[in-house]
Amino acid sequence: MDYLDYVQMTKGQRFAYKVKSFFTGIPHAIVSFFKLIGLLIKKFFGGIGKFFKNFGSRFVKGDVGTKLSYFIMGAGNMIHGQIVKGILFLACEVGYVFFMIYFGMHYIKKIYTPNLIRIDWKPFSYSMADGRTNVSLYKYGTGAIGNEVAEKAEDYYGGETIFNASTQDDSNKILLFFIMTMIVTIVFIALYIANTKSAYETQQIRAEGKKPDGFLQEVHNYLDSKFHVTLLFLPILLLVVFNILPIVFTIFMAFTNYDKYHQPPVKLYQWVGMKNFADVFFADAKKSQTFGLILVWTLVWAFFATFSNYILGIVVALLINKKGIKFKGFWRTMFVITAAVPQFVTLLVMKLLLDDKGGAINNALGTSFPFLTDWANVTIIIVNIWIGIPFTMLMTSGLLMNIPEDLYESARIDGANAFQQFTKITFPYIFFVTTPYLITTFVGNINNFNVIFFLTGGGPEDPTKYSQKAGKTDLLVTWLYKLTVDEKNY
Amino acid sequence: MSKTAAPTMHAGYAAKRKLGSAIVYVILSVMVCIWLFPILWLVLQSFNTIDHISTTTFFPTKFTMKHYQTLFMDSNMPYGRWILNTFFVAVLSCIVSTLFVLMVSYTLSRLRFKSRKMLLNMGLILGMFPGFMSMAATYAIMDVFGLASQLFALIIIYSAGAGLGYQVAKGFFDTIPRSLDEAARIDGATSNRIFWVIILPLSKPIIVYTALTTFLGPWADYIFVSYFMKDETDNYNVAVGLYKMIDKKNIDKYFTTFCAGAVLIATPITILFIVMQKFYVGGVTGGAVKG
Repeated sequence: MDYLDYVQMTKGQRFAYKVKSFFTGIPHAIVSFFKLIGLLIKKFFGGIGKFFKNFGSRFVKGDVGTKLSYFIMGAGNMIHGQIVKGILFLACEVGYVFFMIYFGMHYIKKIYTPNLIRIDWKPFSYSMADGRTNVSLYKYGTGAIGNEVAEKAEDYYGGETIFNASTQDDSNKILLFFIMTMIVTIVFIALYIANTKSAYETQQIRAEGKKPDGFLQEVHNYLDSKFHVTLLFLPILLLVVFNILPIVFTIFMAFTNYDKYHQPPVKLYQWVGMKNFADVFFADAKKSQTFGLILVWTLVWAFFATFSNYILGIVVALLINKKGIKFKGFWRTMFVITAAVPQFVTLLVMKLLLDDKGGAINNALGTSFPFLTDWANVTIIIVNIWIGIPFTMLMTSGLLMNIPEDLYESARIDGANAFQQFTKITFPYIFFVTTPYLITTFVGNINNFNVIFFLTGGGPEDPTKYSQKAGKTDLLVTWLYKLTVDEKNY
Repeated sequence: MSKTAAPTMHAGYAAKRKLGSAIVYVILSVMVCIWLFPILWLVLQSFNTIDHISTTTFFPTKFTMKHYQTLFMDSNMPYGRWILNTFFVAVLSCIVSTLFVLMVSYTLSRLRFKSRKMLLNMGLILGMFPGFMSMAATYAIMDVFGLASQLFALIIIYSAGAGLGYQVAKGFFDTIPRSLDEAARIDGATSNRIFWVIILPLSKPIIVYTALTTFLGPWADYIFVSYFMKDETDNYNVAVGLYKMIDKKNIDKYFTTFCAGAVLIATPITILFIVMQKFYVGGVTGGAVKG
């Protein structure tokens, strides 16, 4: 269909055409999607193939030094005169070997030994010489490292466990060090490859009859052409250790039976495979219902919280910015005060004001309106509006001033009324600029811990519909928080 | 309007407009009352003579300063200590985080290197995980390093995540003309020098914005502190401490003290925020425009 045909259509026809072309486009879209995936896979494997080819060809083409550095890191650099760099490479290799022997191997072995992350302790009692009854724990079941641990089991007096954590295996540590070893290994492999590359490069530079960069020059490079490495090194290092490592750890943890009955160091946990996922979705009807209900509420909440704030905030900003309203700065500041007070303070104040029993509003009115129980879901959204409007207002009132005045003028001349001006000029502009903000707020609201936690703590609990202490206003995050912190059920 | 000869239509328009303004004034006044009301309540309660929530009157009838004294005298609730903790953690993590954010966003915005695209995508994906999802694991790591329930753990955590918050600052750096860099490079400046001598002095607004947000985050954080400090009352920050004051055990004794503490902590932040609001708005929307 030509553009001309399209222009000649009526509105209804255009709509129908769009719908039609959307559906007829689907097969094509699917095909191109798979094509894209295929292309990516091809590119990926092509990349790997090329990588090994390069890796091999460097070895074949390399001279003695380059060949040597496939086994002794840094040899190539040293032979070609880059002594310090070579020594650094060598130090890395030696360090890695020591690391693996004294540390890494230990934990890799432990992770792979099938029986290892499990030792059950059973108490048994015996009488001691002085007539007291002593309860001791002994190992139940066998494990690869079981013997070692059994010898070190300490006594158990009158209900209180006395363990010496340092002498025993700690599942947390095993898992953590295992992941750490993996990361160190990946880094080492990268270094190793960098070593072979660098050796080959220096060889080539020598072949051209030039002298390779000295160490000082190399360091200087890190302030200029390789400045990105210097700048990113620390932030990425911290990210890896304190963000990526915990995420990997948590993912691993999802496959173990780590919970309040298996708290290291007293007890070790073991792999349970997909059991936890099955638990959430199928095993226990109540649990999966809980999960579903919470998921639905999370989405409902995020939707209302985001858009109610957004729309009302814009309305307030429009009111303040209306022509002829005086003291604009004053009105704005009044609202900003609420935004500026730290959120936990305002939220706690709201909770104290609205509490069913002993809340200030109910006390003063002599009533007991169930703000935070029966009406909790509504109250939360309203309180969130109270908190959120100032932020949206602040933002949009800044934007409103940026819209060129002549747009409105020409609209007025064309006979547009205030409402039309808003829908055709103001709103599209604001919407365009704030779309990213809207998306981040939506995601932020899905994970909005503060509002729910401080106001209701997720309550009220409703045992008929929910298991695991989940309440009517729990979001996924607050439920997770409860499960982990209060219940120790990971 | 008075100086016009006032044809009837114009007068009608003016009257209509006045009426409209009046309505808006009324709406705004009512809203401001609603918005300020809880805060007014909090401030007044902090001067109340009784210790618990009043069961009869809404606003206090007698006033005293004693709760502000209790704040610093009560050894069960070491409020002074909490403020110091909060301040210490917030300032240090603010400095480190701001540096990190600037470093990362400068690199990703200005320098061109092989893995840049990959890092950008990874940053986006990592940013989607909420920090406390892996809190238990972070705690385990800190435990291994022997840092659990220490203030340094908090500083490290807040600054470690900072590298991910590069979007806004990157958007800002993207708007600084590249010709500046090129001119400096022709004059023989290295990337290092360009960063410190040319880019940073031009980025004052974004530095202030980053510092403000990275300062306010730890200042009001609850989750990490409560999880990491558990029962270490001495290492609480103000948020966790104040929350403790009004839990079921303590509320009858500490309610008004809580109010006093809240007022005390909120005042400087409120002033800071009001003074800095221009930067805040500029940061949010400026970054948004660039997407």
